[in-house]
Amino acid sequence: MNIIVCIKQVPDTTDVKIDPKTGTLIRDGVPSIVNPDDKHAVEEALRLKEKFGGKVTALCMGPPQADDALREVSAMGVDDLILLSDRAFAGADTWATSYALGEAIKKAEYDLVICGREAIDGDTAQIGPQLAGCLDIPQITYVKNVEMGDGKILCERALEDGYEKIEASLPALITVISDLNKPRYPSVGGIVEAYREKEVKVWNAEFIGADPELLGLKGSPTEVRKTFAPEPKGDGEILQGSTDEMAKQLVTKLVDKNILR
Amino acid sequence: MAQIKIDEDACIGCSICVNKCPDAYDLNDDQKAIVKNHNAPCAQIGADDCPVGAIEITGEIVPSEAPAPVAAPAPVVAQPTGDYKGVMVFAEQRGGEIKKVTIELLGRGRGLADDLGVELSAALMGHNVEGLAKELIARGADKVYLIQDAKLENYNTGGYATAMSKLINTEKPEIVLYGATHIGRDLAPRIARELHAGLTADCTELTIDLEQRLLLQTRPAFGGNIMATIMCPNHRPQMSTVRPGIMKEMDADPAKTGQVINFDAGLTDADITTRIIEIIKEKKSVAGLEDAKFIVSGGRGVGGADGFKTIQALADVLGAEVGGSRVAVEKGWISKDQQVGQTGKSVRPALYIACGISGSIQHRAGMQNADFIVAINKDPNAQIFTVADIGIVGDLFDVLPKLINELKAANIGA
Repeated sequence: MNIIVCIKQVPDTTDVKIDPKTGTLIRDGVPSIVNPDDKHAVEEALRLKEKFGGKVTALCMGPPQADDALREVSAMGVDDLILLSDRAFAGADTWATSYALGEAIKKAEYDLVICGREAIDGDTAQIGPQLAGCLDIPQITYVKNVEMGDGKILCERALEDGYEKIEASLPALITVISDLNKPRYPSVGGIVEAYREKEVKVWNAEFIGADPELLGLKGSPTEVRKTFAPEPKGDGEILQGSTDEMAKQLVTKLVDKNILR
Repeated sequence: MAQIKIDEDACIGCSICVNKCPDAYDLNDDQKAIVKNHNAPCAQIGADDCPVGAIEITGEIVPSEAPAPVAAPAPVVAQPTGDYKGVMVFAEQRGGEIKKVTIELLGRGRGLADDLGVELSAALMGHNVEGLAKELIARGADKVYLIQDAKLENYNTGGYATAMSKLINTEKPEIVLYGATHIGRDLAPRIARELHAGLTADCTELTIDLEQRLLLQTRPAFGGNIMATIMCPNHRPQMSTVRPGIMKEMDADPAKTGQVINFDAGLTDADITTRIIEIIKEKKSVAGLEDAKFIVSGGRGVGGADGFKTIQALADVLGAEVGGSRVAVEKGWISKDQQVGQTGKSVRPALYIACGISGSIQHRAGMQNADFIVAINKDPNAQIFTVADIGIVGDLFDVLPKLINELKAANIGA
């Protein structure tokens, strides 16, 4: 069975801080990491390969330095590494990104495509479903458990108030959430191999035969108009006095405002 | 003459500057911004909008040609693009029950439609759901498109995406809104792909630029560290998924009338690409937090699962739900579905009491839309006080028992 895992290199947003004066992001010293949900996708692909045999390919769209992300998942045990990189992809929104990924995947053989639910820099969760649309295959999103057999995949899909069991025929695409598994650590041998011997294939727009009009900025229906720091609310009242007095004041104020009665 | 300097280390390759001013900026092979023309008239706009402040302009921008004369003010509302007109809401229902977010979308959709002077419609799909149309009209819809088919009884991507795409292609709304739920976020991207439409995820604010007749969609990005306003100038429809618990509902008006239109999507078995084996409902508290009127939340300062008993005690008196910050969840003091914040739930209760929560931006993103916020924290400089209506600087283990006593003494509570 051939499994393709899509991964993204992202800034570690837990380390991102905002400059309160300028309202801009402070990126100094913020490391690039493999998107957390995508590591769960890699883990599941490796587990399925261990059970059913086959090959796991990681596909990453990004600038040349995204090579690092591919080598990191290679050290976890991924077989083949493809970096989809071309200036023509720059500025792509989710539509144009999924188009490029889709055209690349069509060049490969696959039974299953696995994506993380969402990336922590954009939090859109749109690439998975849009990619499934490009490939015209069934999708199952928010997957928290996977079983397989008879050319079918059976998943538990998380809902707000429970979950559902859904079946689809292969080839299919799933997006996975962190409840699914615990990603393994890279092995020492894997790390050595990943950085010494592993080849990262670099595919460009021409190689995948993509329509230049549908790539990058040109192919993107959406545009960023502006960005700004979230506004602080301000003007709150800090109560004074002893704890007893403050508790009393709070209750009085909440009653006066008709919040409590 | 101006000189533009770009800090390559700071540049994140987001391409906003290129978007804003392609005359001045471009991206290089490393996806870093570079300068094409130091004196392009729009260069300053690109610099101002750089989210990391990587662009510095010194000197005065002197365009090589005189700028075009300023055009006369645009008409109040621009004409629709192509044949696309109207606002449509995907009316999410499960098990014959309208989801709360649908009502919220109708509330906001009504405002957008009124701004544009167009109709607000709702797309209702399912099996034997015609009875729900009345509520959608009472909550703001002028029209309800009803698509009924046994194949649509339970949500499935193939059937719903095909039916909704056909409806959009026929009725051509300029704006389509979906709830940012597990259904909406599965469905909307698939439709956007099919229609080559713009889609903005998880919006927290929607407004109209009347002059350009564009939907301005604002959403948090980079883990809630920054807000971005997205637009979709050249593709229709403009679509958004909208975070539940943010938009204001309209009060139900049972006297309001509207049209119910049956739409035949002509679904075939080939459109249904997944099979639902079983739907399992789990404990109610998951949905509870988003619908709660009162929430008492705890964070790092609660100190442990034991400390949450004090939080629970206050919640019991008020008839409130218990929530918490990411720290409280990661430490295992409360469950994941109780997490409030960017990576948890967005809540909008009438009263939110934050106890021992420092108020990281991730947490604030999920609760700052509460109608009234009380913060209790030992640290007077805690960020949570910036969003609080009332703050108490003190140890929650001193304050909460006294508060409980006061509430009981005043005979207040559930």
